[in-house]
Amino acid sequence: MSKDTRPDQLVVFLPTQATPSAGERELLARLRAGDEAAFVDLVRRWSRTMLRVARGHVSTDDSAQEVVQETWLAVIKGLDGFEGRSSLRTWVFRVLVNTAKTRGVTESRMTPMSSLATGDDDGAIVDPDRFRGPADRYPGHWTSAGAPQRWDGDPPRGALRVEVRALLEAALAGLPQRQRNVVVLRDIEGCGSDEVCQILGLTRENQRVLLHRGRAKLRGALETYYRGGS
Amino acid sequence: MTAPGQLDCVDVVDLVTDYLERALDDATVREFEAHLAICDGCDAYLDQMRGTIDRLGHVPLASLSADAVQTLVLAFRDVGR
Repeated sequence: MSKDTRPDQLVVFLPTQATPSAGERELLARLRAGDEAAFVDLVRRWSRTMLRVARGHVSTDDSAQEVVQETWLAVIKGLDGFEGRSSLRTWVFRVLVNTAKTRGVTESRMTPMSSLATGDDDGAIVDPDRFRGPADRYPGHWTSAGAPQRWDGDPPRGALRVEVRALLEAALAGLPQRQRNVVVLRDIEGCGSDEVCQILGLTRENQRVLLHRGRAKLRGALETYYRGGS
Repeated sequence: MTAPGQLDCVDVVDLVTDYLERALDDATVREFEAHLAICDGCDAYLDQMRGTIDRLGHVPLASLSADAVQTLVLAFRDVGR
């Protein structure tokens, strides 16, 4: 058995095994040599996304902090045994997800059922009423009222307005757990799709479906905001 | 995958992530892009999806508390590498 993972962390389907890049191997060497600056830098860089992922599994911010701390402690202990069969980031996030899930299970009695739902609803991602019906001359096309409009009044780049930020936070919190994890890792942390598949143990197709549904809901929330006049 | 001209707006909405992920076959990509060229609504939808992804990239994240980082540094030191 690989020393990189505990038995419950073995992922059944791994699309591609990204091994540590040259930069990561150097980082790993520094960490193993006890380079504190390198360690602190890594903790600062990854902990924000780790907190967000952990928060999806546990009931409080404090609990998420503990999960991330526990993960880093496991990483410190496991560094020498890490065999480099995945990238360092993939390994760390896999330990995180497993730690968070374990914590989440022990907390589950106190957690509202809605946030535990693992079922990823499969309803329409855009209100079907926005499309023309089968009797129309152009079935399946946008109605004139339903057609999306471009968003104005908010620079797409740069700092987000406070309301937009709050809205995205709320919409993210409302996503089913698996969708949220995929969206957070892909669009906030900036992981590639194969890496997300490895971290979360998903097939490529599964990952894409979860990403599609999650993003579509966030788009819907933003659209409501921009339509409502800002 | 789809016959020429057979992609409706409702299909474009379903395929948008596959398109952005480059998971569509070439023929479907051509169909998809041909549809966008003549459909303002779908072009705006794709634009909104890209806008969503872009905004997500700017969501600020809470960081680990200074105490927690300090604890980790001490633990890192303790391993005695």
